[in-house]
Amino acid sequence: MINQENKMKNEDLQNIINGLAENLEFSEEGSEFLNVIVPKESLYNLCSQLKSKSDLDFDYAYCITGMDWGKELGVIYHLESTTLKHKIVVKVMTDDRENPTLDSVWDIWRTAEFHELEVYDFFGVKFNNHPGLRRLFLTPDWDGWPLRKDYVDEANMIVK
Amino acid sequence: MGVDNKKRYLSQLEAEGLNEVVPDDFPGKIIPGGNGGNIVVTTLDSVINWGRSNSLWSLYFGTSCCAIEMMQTGAARNDYSRFGFEVARASARQADLIIIAGTIVNKMGPVLRRLYDQMAEPKYVIAMGACAISGGPFYYNSYSVIKGADHVIPVDVYVPGCPPRPEALLEGMIMLQKKIKTENMSKKVNPIDGYDEGDIV
Repeated sequence: MINQENKMKNEDLQNIINGLAENLEFSEEGSEFLNVIVPKESLYNLCSQLKSKSDLDFDYAYCITGMDWGKELGVIYHLESTTLKHKIVVKVMTDDRENPTLDSVWDIWRTAEFHELEVYDFFGVKFNNHPGLRRLFLTPDWDGWPLRKDYVDEANMIVK
Repeated sequence: MGVDNKKRYLSQLEAEGLNEVVPDDFPGKIIPGGNGGNIVVTTLDSVINWGRSNSLWSLYFGTSCCAIEMMQTGAARNDYSRFGFEVARASARQADLIIIAGTIVNKMGPVLRRLYDQMAEPKYVIAMGACAISGGPFYYNSYSVIKGADHVIPVDVYVPGCPPRPEALLEGMIMLQKKIKTENMSKKVNPIDGYDEGDIV
């Protein structure tokens, strides 16, 4: 349930964030969080402002998830402010499935370093300026990106 | 004093409770010697099997939620020590039994095989739960899960469930004991002989 207090916060957040970058798309998707879809060119700029602006102060990235929407690949950032107690979901996506590349946010939130390694491991999304992109859970010589929707592994997978 | 005062006959001893000190499943016959000592008649096989089946030490090996049920089976309420599974060991070298309690993924496969190879013979394997039997809920559309631990090592007893209750695991363990009691030293084959070796990393 979306309570009234939360609703007010989300509207306030949307008003503040709307001016930070161009072409932002807002939605709530029936969840408690405000969703922002940001063009990948503005991702780093928006994230650093989300962290640094004192009335936003998103100092904690508590979940960073890779996503395959079938057509686009992307990343979903769940952010929280531990001082102001508000949360937001930032989504970024790219159409390029051959060589998907996004900006790394690891120097904004240090925890992003390993989250981005995981996204790279399973979805093959590369991150500019990441300090050491490599296989994390899978073996170094692994071929392919197993959590993509079009992943094929005839030896191990029984498809149903 | 003298021979007449000693207990000379089995029937006399039984009346005074010989059966209470000798377990029902003791694999042999006790003949009173008449001088306070007794003669035991049995075969080597039955004594060895009896000993093995009643002191199976299992390896600490839990890869997911089945391990929680396995711990419960060892804890006070169910207490598998009652049946001779005295303790669990953290080292494969000291274990007789490996209970595969959980999902085996491709990365874990070589580790499981190495642990099995490190165990001293004779060694026994129980596959506990759906994942260890067939991959269970990860059978379809999974790139990482081995579809049954018997692709890696030979399994003696399968205990179905997701996870199995402690009673089910105890039943499986007692079935393993029954299997061990039918073994014959001269005809025993090593279950790993002729097993598909695959690619061991």
